Amino acid sequence: MDMLAILSIIVSSALIYSAPLIFTGLGGTFSERSGIVNVGLEGTMVMGAFSAIVFNLNYADNLGKMTPWIALLVAGVVGIGFSIIHAVATINLRANHIVSGTVINMLAPALAVFLTKVLYEGKGQTAFIIQNFGKTSFPILKDIPIIGQIFFTNTSAPAYAAIAMALVCYFIIFKTTFGLRLRSVGEHPQAADTLGINVYMMRYAGVLISGFLGGVGGAIVSQSISLNFSGSTIAGQGFIAMAAMIFGKWNPIGVMGAAIFFGFAQSLGVIGSYIPVIQNIPSVYLQIAPYVITIIVLVGFIGKSRGPAANGTTYIKSK
Amino acid sequence: MSNQQGATRIQGIIVPLLSVVLGLLIGAIVMWSFGYDAIAGYSAMLKGAFGSPFYIGELLREATPLILVALGFAVANTAGFFNIGVAGQTLFGWLASVSVAQMLPELPKIVLLPLCILAGVAAGAVWAGIAGFLRAYFNTSEVIVTIMLNHTALYINNHFVRNVLTDSGDSTARITENASLRVPFLSELTRNSTLHAGLFIALIMVAVVWVLMKKTTYGFEFRSVGLNPDAADYAGMNAKKNIILAMLISGGLAGLGGAMEGLGNFQNMFVQGAMPAVGFDGMAVALLGIGSPIGILFAALLFSTLKIGGTSMPLMSGVPVEIVDIVIASIIFFVGASYIIRLLVNKLSKVNKKEVA
Amino acid sequence: MHSILVRGGISMTEENYVIEMIGVTKAFGNYKANDDIFLNLKKGEIHALLGENGAGKSTLMNILSGLLEPTSGTIKVKGQEVKISSPGIADKLGIGMVHQHFMLVKDFTVTENIILGSEPSRFGVLNKKSAAGVIADLSNKYRLAVNPSAKIEDITVGMQQRVEILKTLYRGADVLIFDEPTAVLTPQEIDELMSIMKELTKEGKSIILITHKLDEIKAVADRCTVIRKGKSIGTVDVKQTYQQELADMMVGRSVLFRTVKKPSQPKQAVLEVEGLTVKESRGLEAVRNLNLTVRAGEIVGIAGIDGNGQSELIQAITGLRKAESGTVKLNGEIITNLAPRKITESGLGHIPEDRQKFGLILPMRLDENIALQTYYQEPYSKNSFLNDKAIENHAIELIKEFDVRTQSEKATAGSLSGGNQQKAIIAREVDRNPSLLIAAQPTRGLDVGAIEFIHKRLIEQRDKDKAILLMSFELDEILNLSDIIAVMFEGEIVAYVKPEETSEQELGLLMAGSSLEKAREELEKNKEEEGSPHE
Repeated sequence: MDMLAILSIIVSSALIYSAPLIFTGLGGTFSERSGIVNVGLEGTMVMGAFSAIVFNLNYADNLGKMTPWIALLVAGVVGIGFSIIHAVATINLRANHIVSGTVINMLAPALAVFLTKVLYEGKGQTAFIIQNFGKTSFPILKDIPIIGQIFFTNTSAPAYAAIAMALVCYFIIFKTTFGLRLRSVGEHPQAADTLGINVYMMRYAGVLISGFLGGVGGAIVSQSISLNFSGSTIAGQGFIAMAAMIFGKWNPIGVMGAAIFFGFAQSLGVIGSYIPVIQNIPSVYLQIAPYVITIIVLVGFIGKSRGPAANGTTYIKSK
Repeated sequence: MSNQQGATRIQGIIVPLLSVVLGLLIGAIVMWSFGYDAIAGYSAMLKGAFGSPFYIGELLREATPLILVALGFAVANTAGFFNIGVAGQTLFGWLASVSVAQMLPELPKIVLLPLCILAGVAAGAVWAGIAGFLRAYFNTSEVIVTIMLNHTALYINNHFVRNVLTDSGDSTARITENASLRVPFLSELTRNSTLHAGLFIALIMVAVVWVLMKKTTYGFEFRSVGLNPDAADYAGMNAKKNIILAMLISGGLAGLGGAMEGLGNFQNMFVQGAMPAVGFDGMAVALLGIGSPIGILFAALLFSTLKIGGTSMPLMSGVPVEIVDIVIASIIFFVGASYIIRLLVNKLSKVNKKEVA
Repeated sequence: MHSILVRGGISMTEENYVIEMIGVTKAFGNYKANDDIFLNLKKGEIHALLGENGAGKSTLMNILSGLLEPTSGTIKVKGQEVKISSPGIADKLGIGMVHQHFMLVKDFTVTENIILGSEPSRFGVLNKKSAAGVIADLSNKYRLAVNPSAKIEDITVGMQQRVEILKTLYRGADVLIFDEPTAVLTPQEIDELMSIMKELTKEGKSIILITHKLDEIKAVADRCTVIRKGKSIGTVDVKQTYQQELADMMVGRSVLFRTVKKPSQPKQAVLEVEGLTVKESRGLEAVRNLNLTVRAGEIVGIAGIDGNGQSELIQAITGLRKAESGTVKLNGEIITNLAPRKITESGLGHIPEDRQKFGLILPMRLDENIALQTYYQEPYSKNSFLNDKAIENHAIELIKEFDVRTQSEKATAGSLSGGNQQKAIIAREVDRNPSLLIAAQPTRGLDVGAIEFIHKRLIEQRDKDKAILLMSFELDEILNLSDIIAVMFEGEIVAYVKPEETSEQELGLLMAGSSLEKAREELEKNKEEEGSPHE
């Protein structure tokens, strides 16, 4: 295969795997910026993946090509609903953030598979969807020489949505009043409180947004990679998204970059055999490469990653 | 013991007990919402856990690695580390113990079995030790490092099974009798369940960890570092040594749990699609047991009761087995959000008591 | 007693009062933090709120600034009765609080901190330009110099305080509450702050100054309300009241201003520091080529503003921070850069600056905390196994000897009051019989009773021929206790003076970097100016 084709495959595969990581990582960023650690991203993705597939199977006939996109919104809403549990537990009931997140991670797959069995005659996995994200080629852009073929032909549409979302999130967090207040609540909730900012509301916002984006992330996995839902659809992507968030230093652009790196690494495991030099490397090295590289980069360059100062703390308003 | 401490002791039991009750309630509500008979479901579960010696044997066998993994997580947690990596450390302990068994099958049992167990402990310890070392010397987050190591362990395991322990096979041959934890006495007692001698190892470790954490200077230092690393420094405690030691012990226990699976339960190793469930279930047991070794023992038994009993639910009552995980997650939720339970208990006890010490 | 001492016959009408707090009570369960308090503030006045630590001053002001709601009582602003149920309402009423522990987000810039919560914006998007303009205006008008784009973690404490003040002015505060504003300032910066306050009142603002420092009250306040144990004792006209009277009202009994001690008879050198250089966390030199000697039987007090290397100096001596060069000798043995434990075993005791962060592990039991430095030695442990009985008995002994008030030795360290926590730490360190005792900020945040106790103990140790290195930001304490004062500025000892040969003003100048001769010259010049009360 020629160079152009190889690059094209690499880029599009990387983007397919990155898209869910970007969305979920952005979600985690909002939550942690407000001071609530959310290890339950994995579970949120499961619920998003599940609800998207169910919606898709039921309404694909009516909605046609738009189905996967609308399913994303549905998954997002389900994600919000699910993350309310985490929000109430950590903000109102003063639970340990990590315990609460772990509860979400246990509850989600159990609930999702349970409902799958209920809805589909005891089967542990759903049927395959027809209306999936597949491959998209962007009109006009795909005709640009070289760049067009690599980046805009037969590629993943959700990925570009994800990149756009990352830019939007960056703007929101750093350029708006909402973002300033959100960050203040994660850094110094008491100071924010004395200035009249409702710490509880801000933290709810952070967690619910992470629920939405996490749900969307899960929905992308099920609608563009696995094309159905089962107990193994989401297997660690939530944790990788968390790593991307820390790697990206809680900055949406950084998170996006880290997520693309991880997505790229994950895709190598799948398409590595098609690429000349790489196909000779035993697959195990390709598979572990992204994780080992992350550790090395962490040690060498990032050192102690400092999250929002009040991340993980419980805020109790004295009255 | 003052009145105040007496009250705290009682609360220490009420909270988990109430959480269990509330968790079961949630499970019942979910069952009812979808048209299942909760009573039938729970009775099926009880029968499936205690109904025969076989089931009881399975239950105890299930609890064995959970106890060990939970102890491992709890030790690291006490020292202030969130060792999500117990799953990968368990996996490696499992792999190492089976590998040694496969490589030296002819050695007499009295040498081979301990050797395999030690291999499992060592493998888990080393895997955790990497994260500990990086945290001690480079201050890197053990959360990310252990997550990364988990995934790495999975791929290495699969590669090892396919290319070293077998010839492109998906699972290894069964280990020889010389490396097995199975004991005829136990198997007969429980009508051929998979219960094995590892149970005793687990029980012994509960005692060992309890002594370690409560009665030794090591435990004292772990607790200090976990509660206040600055004061621990000032008290002359060697932070680096403690970080690494805590992770080594944590990984060693998790690896021991893995060895239980390899030498007692499955008695071989195979390619896995995801991290072994016992890794994360062990974490859940540690959270349920609120970090104390005795608590972990009871939590593991409770957990196993639900899990093993749950496998009988679909057949006997038509309820999908996932209800068990929902119940478990709910119980942990109430343990974690215990503030509200403690508030209730406080209010109730104030009404009764008039005098203060 | 609510005797309102009004000397001089100034009659007051209600319209003059900008704030009135009438019969305000705040109860937390059975504990009354504020009990039926009366306070009023005239327009354009600086009104001091005086009381010991724990008297209820901060609680009262938290009520006024909307962070707490009173259990009973009335509050009037400009004659109207109001309910200040949130900081937002306090804002709207023109009440602003300059907090003692700055409410500043370290990671944000000066501008972001000032506008937070009241940001100028267009459709939710921050309008940075408009913000910069407003801040520049305020900064110029009230002469509060700040660097708008600097991050809080990078600016000085003095500038941080100015940011806190600007926060209130940005929100249109007419009443400013200053909560213990001078804790971290040099005498010169305190003078600056005093003139800022006078400037503000000239512009029509009214100020409540919370403090326990009598000379500051004398310097700027018009009237003073004294609070003791939650109750208001009275309101006085400051010019007509002596410091001694204020102190007695505050404490309820006669207070000795100086601890009586025999002259010191120093013997051999115990601590010898030579050419010590230490870097702080960002890699800059915090201690430069420093020399210091402390002898047995003497107290050397290190005076200086927070941030001039004192903390790093102590950390280097105790082994908690690396010494880049130079030597530290204890009883003749070199201990430079040894492990902390080896150093304490060589005869060093350390009462840390921040008792809750470094001195104690609050969730652990008191007896465990008392054993924190010795648990690994016999009889407290053997072969790595702890001897619970030994630990318990030792703690019981020390609790009795040092009068540590606690329910039992098994109570958590966190359940003790600040004073008792500090007593426990001192008990622990003194009991080990170290030849050198380092006391860093030993009485921070403690009430007068505890301070007296601790000062007595330190002098007792000195009379037993221990060497004591005292570090404190309270000049009173330094002057009271030290046999020799070493002034530290920018990592060096810039002067050695005897307490009886110096004054607070001179120390202030030295602490701010002046040389001894210049300081003495300057003070000679200022002799005609009314000297600040100092008795």
